[in-house]
Amino acid sequence: MKKLLTATAATALMASTAFAAEEVKIGIILGFTGPIESLTPSMADGAELAIQEVSDSGMLLDGATVTPVRADSTCIDAGAATAAAERLITSDGVSGIVGADCSGVTGAILSNVAVPNGVVMISPSATSPALSDAEDNGLFFRTAPSDARQGAVITEILMDQDIKEVAVTYTNNDYGKGLADSFQQAFEAAGGTVTISAAHEDGKADYSAEIGALASAGGDRLVVAGYVDQGGSGIVRAALDSGAFDTFHFPDGMISEKLLENFGSEIDGSSGAHPSPSEELSTAYADLVDGRFDSSSPFTPESYDAAALILLAMQAAGSTDSSDYKTKVMDVANAPGEKISVGELAKGLEILKNGGEIDYEGATGVELIGPGEAAGNYREINFEDGEDKTARYR
Amino acid sequence: MDFLNALVALSNFVLVPGIAYGSQLALGALGVTLIYGILRFSNFAHGDTMAFGAMVAVLVTWWMQGIGIGLGPLPTALLALPFAILGCMALLLVTDRLVYRFYREQKAKPVILVIVSMGVMFIMNGLVRFIIGPDDQRFSDGERFIISARDFKEMTGLDEGLTIKTTQGITVIVAVIAVALLFWFLNKTRTGKSMRAYSDNEDLALLSGINPERVVMYTWLIVAALATTAGVLYGLDKSFKPFVYFQLLLPIFASAIVGGLGSPLGAIAGGFIIAFSEVTITYAWKKVLEYIGAEPSGLVQLLSTDYKFAVSFVILLIVLLFRPTGLFRGKSV
Repeated sequence: MKKLLTATAATALMASTAFAAEEVKIGIILGFTGPIESLTPSMADGAELAIQEVSDSGMLLDGATVTPVRADSTCIDAGAATAAAERLITSDGVSGIVGADCSGVTGAILSNVAVPNGVVMISPSATSPALSDAEDNGLFFRTAPSDARQGAVITEILMDQDIKEVAVTYTNNDYGKGLADSFQQAFEAAGGTVTISAAHEDGKADYSAEIGALASAGGDRLVVAGYVDQGGSGIVRAALDSGAFDTFHFPDGMISEKLLENFGSEIDGSSGAHPSPSEELSTAYADLVDGRFDSSSPFTPESYDAAALILLAMQAAGSTDSSDYKTKVMDVANAPGEKISVGELAKGLEILKNGGEIDYEGATGVELIGPGEAAGNYREINFEDGEDKTARYR
Repeated sequence: MDFLNALVALSNFVLVPGIAYGSQLALGALGVTLIYGILRFSNFAHGDTMAFGAMVAVLVTWWMQGIGIGLGPLPTALLALPFAILGCMALLLVTDRLVYRFYREQKAKPVILVIVSMGVMFIMNGLVRFIIGPDDQRFSDGERFIISARDFKEMTGLDEGLTIKTTQGITVIVAVIAVALLFWFLNKTRTGKSMRAYSDNEDLALLSGINPERVVMYTWLIVAALATTAGVLYGLDKSFKPFVYFQLLLPIFASAIVGGLGSPLGAIAGGFIIAFSEVTITYAWKKVLEYIGAEPSGLVQLLSTDYKFAVSFVILLIVLLFRPTGLFRGKSV
């Protein structure tokens, strides 16, 4: 019996060492349950698409295969997210993390798990300005722009439509507060007035009290910095029902199929914007996805890029160890080098293998600035006849 | 004109939502107060009883919508309400038979029954989530508005709009009918009188030949009807989500205690007091004041809306400190 056990253990050991040389695991930690659960499946599909592409090419580190491992960040529960990330690193042994999604849990995972364990983390959707100054030992990047940028973009859109007075409501967490503050700063600097900036709690049945306060303060438009699957929709419903506001501006957390499903033509005349690449890149990305999932859902191209960046940086460093490849992320993302677009990961891997340099553009026109965050292109949307129409890219 | 605008703005954001919410709380508090008066314990499972009743109504409504039964402009849920009440009655009678009767025979102290009801609460909570899931469910249909803000503005030419949702109208009408039925039952029928006698003095009632098990059974039946009605109305007016009913427990208990536990009239008054305090204290008065001539610099909002639930807590504390038996002289807690 003892011999048998030793034998099995030895085989298992050999098997795992033999495997480790050619299998790279990438963790994908997103809120598969919780307030943005209708967005995350497409995001994970985006990341897995890039992983699949690299794995199939057989170019990464002498033919390594790459496997994704999903975990649930819950979007709001820092404790659960930390435990899930811990499991990814200690039990699954991932060499890099795509995630997390919401700003609060991203900060928690970064400081409690990624930094102590020294694992690179690239978030496709955490947009809180606070994360720009987070202590990260050079391990944290994001392919989504900081909300400081989004605040400026919303200001431009509203100013162009000659709207000078707005009310703001935000979901009471890092994302909502960060966006509301950065918007208010930008809007007031541009000469606009924010009549009220009030928080709302997610998961309530009734928002009539919140709307009462917002309506009393007044404004030409209501900026809803919330989540479409949560309080954001409740606020819009209550505002429409009571006739407090007819038009809205929807930041990235609100743009989804669900919004049109919920409100249809009731929100005609509203505006919206979410981080999104230029037309040609999004068409290229849509072609690559080929209808396997909804490629226009927010943050799926960013997720593709986040996974691609990790793998390209590994190739550039010739190692799957985070401490080796963390310095390469900025190198592969920015000039100089050959431009690598979406669907050309194999080409990029080959150039890096031969010691060349690349400027990864990917699905969103990646350009990392400052502490490693995307400069950001936004798709401006106008709501007309119950549909969302792309107005332009900013 | 400005005065009318002020009045309309106030009605739209304070009076109409306040009256609808107050009716829902009053129906909930009536159930709590009846159990306290007759069975002599605070039933923590009341919120989840409402959730269970509303859940049955949601399921029956879906089924009716599926086979095309409807009420035209009125929500189908009204048709489903009697079935939901029957379902809820069955649940409460089974719970009483399995759980509460055992403790009644032991002559358990009220505090033990309170803990028992908490256990029941968790089980019901789990049951509802297990059957229908933790998410929002939509089951309202029919006409959405009696008056919509846009129509009102066109009709009257005022700057402010007034919205009265169909669900708000139905809430008030159904609540009035339910309360009238309840008072008729308690004051005029033999069973109702025996329930009041049992509540006033248990021993004397037993001596005069009142069957306690029958009184208990009728209490549960009435509570089931009230809780289901309150739950369905709240779900119709706002949205059905199991966890929200659990959160409603605090304002419902606050209503019952403020009014005086054991006093049905008190429960109704308490429901409206709590509802209006929550709405008026968190309302920003700027617009209304501007219409009547004042020029406030700020929003004139006493408390941010985040503290809505804190309001019922504070009122509860004040009443317990200064008048523990409540406004209508119920039993002391």
